[in-house]
Amino acid sequence: MAAEMIMDIRKAFSGGFTVDARLTAALGASTVLILFGPSGSGKTTILRCLAGLERPEAGRIRFISRTWFDAEQAIDVPPQERGVGYMSQDYSLFPTYSVAGNIRFGLGELKADERQRRVAESLALLKLQGLEQFKPGQLSGGQQQRVALARAVARRPQLLLLDEPLSALDAPTRTHLRSELRALLKQLAVPSVVVTHDWTEALVLGDQMAVIHEGRVLQTGTPQEVFNRPNGEAVARIVGIETALEGRVIESSGGLMTVDVEGTKLIALGEDEVGPDVFVCIRAEDVVLEPVGAGTTSARNHLAGQVQEVQSLGALVRVTIDCGFLLSAVVTRAAVEDLRLSPGTPVTASMKAGAVHLVPRRDVATVVTA
Amino acid sequence: MMNWTAISVTLQLATLTAMVLLLVGLPIAYWVSFSRWRWKFLVESVVALPLVLPPTVLGFYILVAIGPHSPIGRLYTDLVGHPLPFTFEGLLIASVLYSLPFAVQPFAAAFDQVDRRLIEASWTLGVSRAGTFFKLILPMSVAGVVTGFVLSFAHTLGEFGVVLMVGGNIEGVTRTVSIDIYDEVQALNYAGAAKTALFLLVVSYLILLSVYAMNRKVWAVWPQK
Repeated sequence: MAAEMIMDIRKAFSGGFTVDARLTAALGASTVLILFGPSGSGKTTILRCLAGLERPEAGRIRFISRTWFDAEQAIDVPPQERGVGYMSQDYSLFPTYSVAGNIRFGLGELKADERQRRVAESLALLKLQGLEQFKPGQLSGGQQQRVALARAVARRPQLLLLDEPLSALDAPTRTHLRSELRALLKQLAVPSVVVTHDWTEALVLGDQMAVIHEGRVLQTGTPQEVFNRPNGEAVARIVGIETALEGRVIESSGGLMTVDVEGTKLIALGEDEVGPDVFVCIRAEDVVLEPVGAGTTSARNHLAGQVQEVQSLGALVRVTIDCGFLLSAVVTRAAVEDLRLSPGTPVTASMKAGAVHLVPRRDVATVVTA
Repeated sequence: MMNWTAISVTLQLATLTAMVLLLVGLPIAYWVSFSRWRWKFLVESVVALPLVLPPTVLGFYILVAIGPHSPIGRLYTDLVGHPLPFTFEGLLIASVLYSLPFAVQPFAAAFDQVDRRLIEASWTLGVSRAGTFFKLILPMSVAGVVTGFVLSFAHTLGEFGVVLMVGGNIEGVTRTVSIDIYDEVQALNYAGAAKTALFLLVVSYLILLSVYAMNRKVWAVWPQK
């Protein structure tokens, strides 16, 4: 049964920043809801309101059948009683406690043997065996993240709240742990809300996504929907990616990958570990439009298509091209006039291999490791 | 010849004062560190007053406050049968107030250093505010708490003006080491004064040495805001 989350909160901060967020989500047993937005957009504040660490001035928060917060009825359930697992951006591990001590910290009300069992279970789940007696300061960033997750899940929360779970890690570790985190969140069978400003994370981790900007929820939907069909200029600017398609890697050699997208082949730069199922992401500003039959360029991908829609964005124009799939391009008004682009015009869309980003899209079954 | 009776009175007074300040000072310091009340500085200033007031002024007000004409003094006399001034208990109350900032400020400084996100993490793990204090905040503040305890002990060893005002100079009850030295000098017994003074100097130095060794690189007395 889906866990329903209803949130409608307002909070004003000194300096004029206001959070005014309305969000309703039906979260399945392992649904991951992404709160996506640039830094300073208020997504962390929203997460903290869910955790009970920040108190909105008005509104209400309900989770499943329980009211966590209601300004009118003066209900504000303290964080201790919300049954959430919360992980802050810097993991907040207790420096005076060992790894096992950190995990045991929140299990005080359990009997000793049950507590021991839960600690062992969490250590095994996050593959932390052997590190029990280490202090947080002795661990790598990736290990610290796993301890923080183990600590959060040991209490069997009914909702996991993760604030930028990967941002404290260096780039190679982050790429590696992204898929691992996805597998873990699926395996836990606990709905989670994940804050991020990284579109790859949103695509890899998210089932649902809410775009937050200036304290407001601008759009909700699956990450793919939001990326492909931003509902306005603000969302388009925030997400940056305007084409996100499901594809399959069919060939990989010398750092170049050939990806099949609905019958069309695209060349992308990529590492072997992403495939075979991927999201193919293309920024609209990386797409170059040329008249049909133009000379060869250094770009590796040339797609013949027809203009489907021309939409003004002020100085720039968004052109949607049907080339077997729908591709968004952003060009100047002058280019539209030079190429006489209007719905139906045949056009060639080009992009360099480096502009085609591949993001792993794995089925849950293939990534869950015992 | 050292006055061992005076030394014994002084050590008892200092130990009890430090222990009472641990009980009283920790809640005050917790409030000072964690309260978001906008007028908090009013209370902080009151706590710091003994640092700047002449001991005679502080002693005078305490004497009046616990004397037989004040409600507190009358209540105490009714309950116990004798008035508070010029007793060991009266001296203890005065010492606690006099050394209050020496305990509260290091405690509060240590609590200020505890990352608020750790405390929030503890709350989301279901641990109550009190549980969080004892399981997380206190263990992380050990150095500051020991510093406050030791400094209030050391500060009590050396108090003079307040003792004279509130305690008087009663052999075996309220005559502390510093008063004894004063008496010896008044009696022109420099040899006796020198021995006791040296004793106080060495003990105080050793105590401060232990505090600074424990808080290397940290200026121990003042909060680092």
